[in-house]
Amino acid sequence: MKRWIAFWSILTKDMRTYYLKPPNISWGIIFPLAWTGMFFIKSGGGLEDVQTLLPGVVAVSMLFGTTSMLSVAITFEKKMRSFERLLLAPIPFELLMLAKTSGAVIFGVANAFVPVIMALFLVDLSQVVWGLFIPAVVLIAIVSTFLGLFIAVAVSEVFEAQTFSNFFRFPMIFLCGLFFPVTALPVFLQPLAYALPLTYGVDILQGAVTGEHALPYALDFILLGLFCLVLFVASLWNIKRKWIT
Amino acid sequence: MSPHLSATCVISVADLRKRLGEVDAVDGISFTVGHGELFGFLGPNGAGKTTTINMLTGLSRPDAGTIRIAGIDCTQTPRAAQHLLGVVPDESNLYGELTGFENLSFCAALYGLGRAEREERARRLLSELGLAEAGDRKFAGYSKGMKRKLAFAAGVIHEPRILFLDEPTTGIDVASARQLRERIADLHDRETTIFLTTHYIEEAERLCDRIAFIVAGRIVRIDRVEDLLQPIQGRHVVQISSPTVLDGLNDALSAAFPGLDCTLLRHGLLRIEADTPVPVGPLVRFLEDHGAEVSEARRMQLSLEDVFVRVTGIEAEALRKEKEKTGGPR
Repeated sequence: MKRWIAFWSILTKDMRTYYLKPPNISWGIIFPLAWTGMFFIKSGGGLEDVQTLLPGVVAVSMLFGTTSMLSVAITFEKKMRSFERLLLAPIPFELLMLAKTSGAVIFGVANAFVPVIMALFLVDLSQVVWGLFIPAVVLIAIVSTFLGLFIAVAVSEVFEAQTFSNFFRFPMIFLCGLFFPVTALPVFLQPLAYALPLTYGVDILQGAVTGEHALPYALDFILLGLFCLVLFVASLWNIKRKWIT
Repeated sequence: MSPHLSATCVISVADLRKRLGEVDAVDGISFTVGHGELFGFLGPNGAGKTTTINMLTGLSRPDAGTIRIAGIDCTQTPRAAQHLLGVVPDESNLYGELTGFENLSFCAALYGLGRAEREERARRLLSELGLAEAGDRKFAGYSKGMKRKLAFAAGVIHEPRILFLDEPTTGIDVASARQLRERIADLHDRETTIFLTTHYIEEAERLCDRIAFIVAGRIVRIDRVEDLLQPIQGRHVVQISSPTVLDGLNDALSAAFPGLDCTLLRHGLLRIEADTPVPVGPLVRFLEDHGAEVSEARRMQLSLEDVFVRVTGIEAEALRKEKEKTGGPR
């Protein structure tokens, strides 16, 4: 019980001090809107294109929202030494880091539904398989958050967190099938696409929204789960190695 | 012997070592702290005080040596005893975006305290430390003294059995420092085991049961305060200042006044010690007869600072400069 009081307090504190700040809420709305607009104009298509663009916009919104927020929040707390307070708390290290990342996961899931709500006003989404869509959204939010955590541990300055995040994020926009199918990539880039977690998340989202997907859903879910596990374990190992020296 | 000193060993450290870069920050220190004891860790900046605290509280891993806290071996599992510890770090590292009250409530929640209990304790601590009115203001807007007081409250809100205080009064105003020292004394009275690092020697002398002097990562002396002070009790000291050169007069003085220990501290500053009262008049006349112009002759009270200087070889002047840099003695 005591551990969960600590968990809940860390989560609610982070939600209040980082994720529910007005600039971040507006980021969560403007960012998906901008991406939708950009690809809508680029495709030159009609409203039916909104449905095609939806999985990519959902994925990119979560990727940018979670990685930015978490890596900056953790790097900032490390820099200000307030993270030491958490390290001194008598809760298991794994639970502490889950508490620290849960806010970003919730923020990511909320980000995902901004473009979905926008799309609801424009097109018919009745054929979307929500039973696939929602678990995929949650897993993408988790994997993106853990990627943010991995980045936060690798850098020491807040500005480095942003720069280093972009090193992963921008290639993922073009390589992970968000707006162009992986099969349309040059052959030599395709293995790289399958080495990135978002490829599997987007594949599920595409399947849930448009019915078209490249890999079996079970494989997508298993691989996404494995990426979550590997990134989380690697981040914890790195924190213990670098921050508890 | 302090009534709080107990044979029960709460902190036990043996041959602890930590290298930071090219420096042996902690170089084979060993000590024990008894239940309810207020143990002072005294040394200049960079002596290894914070590095030691970090290892004891699980924020850092030792390169070698052993740490046992309340019987728990923390050497291999640095965070194993954290449920027993409270820590007031050398920097006020609370959350600027939260109010004083929210910060305290959050810190209490990290130790699993329920809402009603943590809010009650937060209000009580804010009131006791004179921060009741500032409790609803954001921590970022607090003065340095208020920040240190709130950091102290955050470290004790869960009523830890063992409290680590890292330079708790450094650089803050007189009133805030006094308030914190009163709180530390209160906790000591309630038999909290306290590990206090400071470079304010007067503070350590006033508060601690035992003191370890640490210099360049090594403990050069550990003793009870009364035992440290014992050799200087009954000693009489006069310090003579002169704008003229006193260098050549040291030997002549020793010959003329055989019972006195004369030490030339630096150019123009002479220190004279004796087991009997120092004859200031004859001494000044002697110096003036030998061509020295005496601008001041002052009887001095020897303190723990003098013991520290003798034991560590660190000049009092260097310590004074360090204090001035960090806000002066409080």
